[in-house]
Amino acid sequence: MQKEIIIAGFGGQGVLFAGQVLAYAAMDTGKAVTWIPSYGPEMRGGTANCTVVVADEEIGSPLVQHPPLAVALNLPSFDKYEGALTPGGTLIVNQSMVDRGAKRADIHTIFVPCNEIAEELGDKKLTNMVAVGALLSSLTEIGLKDLEKALEGHLPARHKHLLPKNFEALRRGYEHAQKELDKVPA
Amino acid sequence: MAKELWKGNEAIAEAAVRAGLQAYFGYPITPQTEILEYLSRRMPELGRAFVQAESELGAINMVYGAACTGARVMSSSSSPGVSLMLEGLSYIAGTEVPAVLVNVMRGGPGLGNIAPSQADYNQAVHGGGHGDYPRIVLAPASVQEAIDLMSLSFDLAEKYRMIAMMILDGSVGQMMEPAEMPEMKPLTPHKFDWATDGAIQRERRILSSIYIEPAAEEVANLRLANRWKEVQANEVRYKEYFLDDAEIVVVGFGTAGRVSLSAVRAARAQGIKVGLLRPITVSPFPYEVIDQLTGQAKAFLVTEMNMGQMLSDVRLAVRGRVPVEFHGRPGGVVPFPDEILREIQRVNGADLSVHTDPIDGWLTRMAEVK
Repeated sequence: MQKEIIIAGFGGQGVLFAGQVLAYAAMDTGKAVTWIPSYGPEMRGGTANCTVVVADEEIGSPLVQHPPLAVALNLPSFDKYEGALTPGGTLIVNQSMVDRGAKRADIHTIFVPCNEIAEELGDKKLTNMVAVGALLSSLTEIGLKDLEKALEGHLPARHKHLLPKNFEALRRGYEHAQKELDKVPA
Repeated sequence: MAKELWKGNEAIAEAAVRAGLQAYFGYPITPQTEILEYLSRRMPELGRAFVQAESELGAINMVYGAACTGARVMSSSSSPGVSLMLEGLSYIAGTEVPAVLVNVMRGGPGLGNIAPSQADYNQAVHGGGHGDYPRIVLAPASVQEAIDLMSLSFDLAEKYRMIAMMILDGSVGQMMEPAEMPEMKPLTPHKFDWATDGAIQRERRILSSIYIEPAAEEVANLRLANRWKEVQANEVRYKEYFLDDAEIVVVGFGTAGRVSLSAVRAARAQGIKVGLLRPITVSPFPYEVIDQLTGQAKAFLVTEMNMGQMLSDVRLAVRGRVPVEFHGRPGGVVPFPDEILREIQRVNGADLSVHTDPIDGWLTRMAEVK
């Protein structure tokens, strides 16, 4: 088994952390995992992305051109990765930040209003966790519980009081995406 | 110890600390700054020396001075910064003191960029400072390997009184992977019979790279040459993947090596008999295993993130017996597995010659990229 995931958005949307939480969950469940950020002089205010590879054997390339899974938290990322996904792949799109529908019919595009859900939960910073929850609906190798445990185990102590809200965000994202997936004819 | 998620650069820094690093001297430069940043916090916490020098020149000469005392010392930098250190490296080599240097390579030449690259292979392995001196060069491909090789670097540097360099590209430095740290080694400074660590109740020692008499310098050079034979005989390290029945052998180090692993697996799934040799020590280079593989392979494919530097060493080992092909992405571009897979397919299907320069074909194919 090997799954590659790209998470992309604006700097400040928690893109890198979202990937790290996935990596922690993968590691804690005994899998091989790599997390690699885009790094460059254009980070501040620009786009940010990270690639996470989860596998059950030694991982070769930490980067991938055509991932089966991606999360686009803004329009530039939607534009960039919609074309990159491998046919049959799943793209989670933050509906709150895009103004168009899907162009490709050979991938599953799941729209999730991540900002609105986060704001309903009272904290806009939860946007990334809503998106990660949505991603898990298509990443069966990592369960919602695994991710909660990863957050609990690796979040710095000073942030521990935020755990219940994060769990809620994950669950809301997951449920929203699951509902969208159920609409897709088998 | 349980696995933790470590970022390459920080893992290198912590591994150095646990291997008994007593003093670090450096200067910030992307993409290795996290090593310096981590140690700026960690070293003082342990009562050990950390100095951010005024420049790379200052840093490497501080390493030189501290190394003369027999302490475990290191510096780290990235390509342009390492270029600035070369004079100091030559002096360290000429004085025969152990020192460790990490180069987290970036795109060049010149100021270049900060993207991952392997363009300093020749500088590390064949070139570097002036004069005739060998040095050990290790090339990790993962965070765990970087941790393991950090400790080995110090051991080898001290064993052979030689520079041990670790070269990795920016992506290994920036990547996070689960990895296991070794236990913290107790700081028990070695007592070397050459160290200038205070002449109390013993003869004064002098460490220098000056041999005014050419004949004496020749003796010193030959001493290095003989010591290098020992290193070559004992310290070659590499990793093999699917080589047992391989007819095509891919050779790649560091990130180019691990990206090739993905391509080799994909090619195997298509029934192509291909394997991967990933050198871990690029100096001493694994000439012998490549020589042996030449007996079974119908062709080699060298993959690098440069314009074909290790390629020369592979060709030296193959000695024209079978074709050696090349695929490289220079300038800070990281290859994807798909393109290496296409190269494996090409090499598998093509009627290749041993009389052509692999660079010619590569340049022709690169003209079609983008």
